[in-house]
Amino acid sequence: MRKLTIPREEYMTPGHLACQGCGGALAMRLALKALGKKTILSIPACCWSVIDGPFPYSAAGVPIFHAPFETAASTSAGVAAAMKILGKEDVNVVAWAGDGGTFDIGIQAISGAAERGDNILYIVYDNEAYMNTGIQRSSATPYKAWTTTTPYKFPKARPKKDIIGILAAHKIPYAATATVAYAEDFVKKVKKAASMRGFRFIQVLSPCPPGWKTPPEITIKLARLAVQTGVFPLYEVENGEKYKINIKPKKLKPVIEYLKLQGRFRHLTQEDVDEIQRMVERNWKVLLAREEFSKQIEKIV
Amino acid sequence: MKRMAIVGNHALSYGALLSRVQVIAAYPITPQTQVVELLSEMCADGTLKAEFVKVESEHSAMAAVMGASASGARAFTATSSQGLALMHEVLHWVTGARLPVVMGNINRAFGPPWSIWTEQTDSLSQRDTGWMQIYAQDNQEVLDSVILAYKVSEQVLLPTMVVLDAFFLSHTSEPVEIPDQEMVDEFLPPYENKYILNPDDPHAFGGLTNPEWYMELRYKIHKAHEEALQLIEKEGREFEKLFGRYYGLVDPYRVDDADTILVAVSTAASTARYAVDLLRERGKKVGLLRIRVFRPFPYERVKEILSGAKKVIVLDRNLSPGAGGIIASEVRGALANVKNHPPVFSYIMGLGGRDITTKNIMELFEEVEKMEEGKDIIWKGVKI
Repeated sequence: MRKLTIPREEYMTPGHLACQGCGGALAMRLALKALGKKTILSIPACCWSVIDGPFPYSAAGVPIFHAPFETAASTSAGVAAAMKILGKEDVNVVAWAGDGGTFDIGIQAISGAAERGDNILYIVYDNEAYMNTGIQRSSATPYKAWTTTTPYKFPKARPKKDIIGILAAHKIPYAATATVAYAEDFVKKVKKAASMRGFRFIQVLSPCPPGWKTPPEITIKLARLAVQTGVFPLYEVENGEKYKINIKPKKLKPVIEYLKLQGRFRHLTQEDVDEIQRMVERNWKVLLAREEFSKQIEKIV
Repeated sequence: MKRMAIVGNHALSYGALLSRVQVIAAYPITPQTQVVELLSEMCADGTLKAEFVKVESEHSAMAAVMGASASGARAFTATSSQGLALMHEVLHWVTGARLPVVMGNINRAFGPPWSIWTEQTDSLSQRDTGWMQIYAQDNQEVLDSVILAYKVSEQVLLPTMVVLDAFFLSHTSEPVEIPDQEMVDEFLPPYENKYILNPDDPHAFGGLTNPEWYMELRYKIHKAHEEALQLIEKEGREFEKLFGRYYGLVDPYRVDDADTILVAVSTAASTARYAVDLLRERGKKVGLLRIRVFRPFPYERVKEILSGAKKVIVLDRNLSPGAGGIIASEVRGALANVKNHPPVFSYIMGLGGRDITTKNIMELFEEVEKMEEGKDIIWKGVKI
């Protein structure tokens, strides 16, 4: 029998306000299991501003500072500086933000903190749109997806922003993707990141039933398909150059298996699907090549 | 205690040093840069044991000191004008989170057109953020006000802005007494706040609060400001016992028998003091009320002092376009409920750092002497 790697301890409590099938709630539950009690969260405007519960309740089980939208990284930078000067460096200082607060409005503060090497673990639970305000497109929204600001007649015209590429360019010690379907992989990555110092970044794909127009019971299935189709590969980048792909399907499943389950893609034509298929395959090959190249780097330099 | 000739910006740095700040986060902007340059050196050579987060914007500067203060560290920043405006969102947040952050703000006019010279519109337009605001008139007061600000802020859990004029103070050297660290330590104990981010006692701060409770939290912020009105004077007296200098809410000068009282802030007030002396020599019964603390606004002190005068002049080096002088509007508000209150003459002058001279101020008294009814706005020195 395989050894269970997910800690049994629960920090998140029942009574939170997430929707049924929320990937973001599950991501937090798993992350806290990996991080443990000695954790301080800074949470900017995002679904988790609501999920945690209204005043005076809190479902996280660890201290939370609710912060303005674009300040997850900068507020955490201040918390981390305080932990250092107060001699409490055993505390995990975690910024926990949605894709809007990360890919869009918060990216300046993230770039600043990443370049400075502030001692923060930044986790973005990526549900691929502004879900808390009612499903508006963000720069994490995938190509051709529907949102309320990219209606069916004019779906999103550009692909999802490569946030890991941006963070890797900052040469941070650790950047990784994860998703809730691969819970052990996610927990392992959070633990690994927590054991390192400096600015660390994890993007956890978190399906959103109301936003993706999917039934709540297929959240895990969708997250798994995102990986198996190559739409959302699971990989790590160390020091901005060492790529490692964690889940390598022998053959990628066709993207249609992932897309057809989601109402946000129901308007796609066969040509759209073919185009997405080509893009995904291309990105996958580039990622494989990057991983291969990073094995060569030591020989080159 | 030693005496040094230092610029106003360095007076802020020394104030932060002596207050033993633990986290600094700042972004450079003219005319504030010297504040953080000196603090960087102090941190680098170990004179000051603090973490300095060299952020990429003022918005992040304020967010970082907010995070630090919420974690139980004494936090400091400094900025000016555009930088202060960029912080605006977080200024409100720091107040709502009840964090005793202290910052220096060097008054500088807003663009466009670009200006780097003094004007109070930047800080006064942060009037409703809930920050306490202290306007200093000399470099000694700048340094002392930082220490006093922490002392009061940490008791009432409100942030404070120590405000000084660009160049007239920020870049002008004056002799300043640098208090002994032991004496400052005696006056200002280490920052202790039981409401901090603590994994051993986890709480969520600032979570969604419905209309059932939001108003009570705002009420408590206002009550804290009212408490600060008492504390600022009380701590001013305690400070005086140790250091021999008193700073209160207001700074009245020759007002007891004055028929006409001029209200001013910052360095314009120190110029006005000289103008009052010259006019007194000519037998004019004039006085000066320098408002030192703008938030909480010292309504009672202002009423006590101004209600006995026959005329009140307000000098505003700031402008709320479409309304007029910001301090004048507060003064009129303070007098509104005083029976038979004196007329108020509201002057706008010195915007964008234009000089306000002794002669200019004497002219205000001379002009007002000839007027009977108060004026909502009088522009002084406009060339068109």
